[in-house]
Amino acid sequence: MNLFAHIGRYAMLMTQVFRTPQRWRILGRQYIKEMEKQGLESILITIIISVFIGSAITMQMVLNTENPLLPKYCTGLVTRETILLEFSSTILCLILAGKVGSNIASEIGTMRITEQIDALQIMGINAPNYLILPKILGFVTITPVLVIFSMFFGLLGGYIISWTGVMPPSQYIMGIQYAFVPYYITYSIIKSLFFAFIIASVASYYGYYAYGGALEVGKASTNAVVNSSIIILLFNVLLTDILLI
Amino acid sequence: MIEVRNISKSFNGLTVLDNISATFESGKTNLIIGQSGSGKTVLMKSIIGIHKVDSGTIMYGDENFTDMSESEVTRLRQKVGMLFQGSALFDSMTVEENVRFPLEMFSDAPKSYWQERVKFCLNRVGLSHAARLYPSEISGGMQKRAAIARAIVLEPTYLFCDEPNSGLDPKTSLTIDQLIQEITRENNITTLINTHDMNSVMGIGDKIIFIHQGHKSWEGSKDTIFDSDNEDLNNLVFASALFKDVKKLHARH
Ligand SMILES: Nc1ncnc2c1ncn2[C@@H]1O[C@H](COP(=O)(O)OP(=O)(O)O)[C@@H](O)[C@H]1O
Ligand SMILES: [Mg+2]
Repeated sequence: MNLFAHIGRYAMLMTQVFRTPQRWRILGRQYIKEMEKQGLESILITIIISVFIGSAITMQMVLNTENPLLPKYCTGLVTRETILLEFSSTILCLILAGKVGSNIASEIGTMRITEQIDALQIMGINAPNYLILPKILGFVTITPVLVIFSMFFGLLGGYIISWTGVMPPSQYIMGIQYAFVPYYITYSIIKSLFFAFIIASVASYYGYYAYGGALEVGKASTNAVVNSSIIILLFNVLLTDILLI
Repeated sequence: MIEVRNISKSFNGLTVLDNISATFESGKTNLIIGQSGSGKTVLMKSIIGIHKVDSGTIMYGDENFTDMSESEVTRLRQKVGMLFQGSALFDSMTVEENVRFPLEMFSDAPKSYWQERVKFCLNRVGLSHAARLYPSEISGGMQKRAAIARAIVLEPTYLFCDEPNSGLDPKTSLTIDQLIQEITRENNITTLINTHDMNSVMGIGDKIIFIHQGHKSWEGSKDTIFDSDNEDLNNLVFASALFKDVKKLHARH
């Protein structure tokens, strides 16, 4: 299948996903379940990664800003911008594409090859709407929360490392407050909403059209991660151009 | 009653069903038999509309399925139950939740009725004791029974069973066959069963359609199957050593 065939089939699938649900109550139940599964279960990994990357960025910035003309607090400032603008949205979402994307693709793919999706259709249920809509809604809702968590813990990581002597903690604190642009947070959150949609929908797409056996589910899940990552990187450039420049 | 007229279906240029016509009667277990890969599953899924046929007509009673609108199809589907080859139970739900699911989705009856109905269906298939277990925690035979309970919970007019015996031992197979036949008769359901199991054919073959390489090659019942001179059918029927001499014996009588 070529790129255009994929895009066409993806678009067709999405028109089925975004229909009025047959039972609102069931959508609500699934939505909460998905937020729990995709969201809560990603919090720990988000925290761990953010703390470590935050401290690594701080140490690198200490080296990069080693200039007698630059005040010490600059390190904090640059760390903050890196985390707020790029790490906590794009890099975090790439990591989530690996975790959540593969999870969604393999779950839906398994349901496909074990005929559970056929079973839904036989019952007269709009399977894309029933299965995929709550995943997309749930993940799009929870991702901004993860982004905020990541920002906080990224900056905390830098603060922790400053105590080991790489730079004065007070200068770090001053730096992360200096010339603060709140819009950068908005920008990151807007980006993450797009990324969350891409991850959940692309992964669902690959799972939904899996055909064959367990091997194909594995392939679907790999395809989901690779392709949603590429699309995220593309959109990152596009959105930055629109929102920041 | 379901009637198919001249249906054909191909995948990427490969013809899987070639101009098949057949009638499936209500209150009877209608068997579709044939070797693996002959197109039984595709035929069944085409009749239900999971696959779209390339040509031909499918009639449910006197409703033409082939030109139904999407909402009419959804309405018809609520009168259809299906038992899948691998059971296709939702593995994130318990047995009881699986059986209740179609009610939650479609029934406007009060919850007390759901409770009753789920209990009745689980009881009918002999699974009351396993209501709280997950599909992965029960045996293949029990999964099949749970799937039957789920398929009949909305009191279907039509029941489709794709290889109900695959992966089961002969004794469990027999129980499942009998269960399907009893339910079919009790509720006057039009039941279609895909199988290549000769025990099923001899046990519940009220009506039999033989599919060979995508063609309908023979039609009859368990009473006439030994009299056929269809070469391909005989190859299938007498493939098992156990049956090898039956035809000769039968001819002698
Ligand atoms: N979705 C599909 N896409 C392409 N080919 C298919 C599909 N489903 C079935 N086939 C092909 O159709 C043929 C008949 O398959 P099937 O109906 O499953 O046989 P069986 O009689 O064992 O149930 C096989 O050759 C199979 O590869
Ligand atoms: Mg089959």
